Amino acid sequence: MLMRVPSLVAIALVVAACGSTGGTAAGSPASLNGSMNIFAAASLTDSFNALGKSFHQAHPSVALFINFAGTPTLVTQIEQGAQADVFASADTANMDKLNADGFTAGSSQVFAHNKLEIVVAPGNPKGINGLADLAKPGVIYITEGSSVPAGKYALQALATAGVKVTPKSLETDVKSVVAKIELGEADAGIVYTTDVRAAGSNVQGVQVPDVVNVIATYPVVTVKGSKNLDIAHAFITYVVSADGQSTLASFGFQHA
Amino acid sequence: MRRERAPLAIGVLATVGAAFFIVPLVGLIVRTPWHDAVQSLTSADTLEALKLSLEASLSATALALVLGVPLAWIYARVEFPGRTVLRALTTLPMVLPPVVGGIALLLAFGRRGLLGSWLDSTFGITLPFTTAGVVMAETFVAMPFLVLTVEAGLRSMDRRYEEAARALGARRWTIFTRVTLPLIAPSLFAGAVLCWARALGEFGATITFAGNFPGVTQTMPLAVYLLLQTNPESSFVLSLVLLAVSLLVLIGLRNRWLGSA
Repeated sequence: MLMRVPSLVAIALVVAACGSTGGTAAGSPASLNGSMNIFAAASLTDSFNALGKSFHQAHPSVALFINFAGTPTLVTQIEQGAQADVFASADTANMDKLNADGFTAGSSQVFAHNKLEIVVAPGNPKGINGLADLAKPGVIYITEGSSVPAGKYALQALATAGVKVTPKSLETDVKSVVAKIELGEADAGIVYTTDVRAAGSNVQGVQVPDVVNVIATYPVVTVKGSKNLDIAHAFITYVVSADGQSTLASFGFQHA
Repeated sequence: MRRERAPLAIGVLATVGAAFFIVPLVGLIVRTPWHDAVQSLTSADTLEALKLSLEASLSATALALVLGVPLAWIYARVEFPGRTVLRALTTLPMVLPPVVGGIALLLAFGRRGLLGSWLDSTFGITLPFTTAGVVMAETFVAMPFLVLTVEAGLRSMDRRYEEAARALGARRWTIFTRVTLPLIAPSLFAGAVLCWARALGEFGATITFAGNFPGVTQTMPLAVYLLLQTNPESSFVLSLVLLAVSLLVLIGLRNRWLGSA
């Protein structure tokens, strides 16, 4: 028995050492343990995976689970009783709905902005140079349903630009739109700048001028009934910290 | 037959097993807002989805009959190497996740797909995002139900009638249409109804391969899924409609396919 004490102490020290170095990186002490479920908009897929990874490095005893889907899908899941601790929305309307329905704990915090971009195949074979070109004959244009923030913003941008175009499909989230452009099934879609960047060389982006573009606002909140509020608050603090913001910026998001 | 008393453990577990299916149905019925059920059912969007669903599922059933009955006949009557493997491959969609079926359809019949690229370049036909795409997705998922049912019917029928017809000089096609098909009519009917019900409920392959647009590719299951996010009460009502249809199909087939209770 006596022999085991030093090794236990050694392990404890190693853990503490790892924790403190990691803790510095994420800007908070590493005393947290438990697990947390983050419900995040589909457009946050890559950035939140990265944020989750560095948060986990800073807090190794916290297990993180991230559920990505279209924002309205997430709201439905939470309202139907899904165990969410953090909800990151791609718009304020869905956040307001969740809040009005009494499912949020505390007030939400804006952590990022994003804007729309047209996604096309590499080399832009259909010669799409702006929103007006989406209505050209022979162009298969797809977007998101109007309950999805990106789909709602796309409608706003098209209305501002005075472009009338009927989509071939209303997909359930931005990533499905990008996937169908990558597969070559559709010619153009409206998604976020960050989605175009995330898809790399598989697609190409066409800028939407600022005068007609819509700036998307991403709020984050802790969910009512969360049993891991400490961890949830620590994660949100990390997301809005300088570290978190620079990670988000590296994926193309604009500062909050 | 002697009445048997179930051991307590079996009785309890069986009750839990039955409740597992019945409670969700009760939940749906209890939560359905009956006061505006009529309004939900007769809204323009719902009627559009309902009409499209009926058209697409009936077309898929017709297509499955035209292609599936010959396939079932071959499986039941012709011995050839690889028959078991071929039958397994063509009935795979029964157990395959429908979304995987949708991806496979895209890779085969999409604009860049194996056959789809040729269809597009030669005839200018593209299937994704069209009602034809919906029919294809539904046929892909539902036809195996028809094939297996009809094959079972062909295997269990009395072949002496066919032999008698042949002895009287009937040609093979005549025997098939005038003797075989009438004899397996119950299986044909059961297979077609099962196939239609499965097509009507198709979701995964449809949204993946055909997309989602009201009036063109948005069938009832897609409308239900999307309504849950914007108007949950309406989605409950539509769910109940699909539930009633499924229940009617099962009751209608009770004697033919599932054995009477």
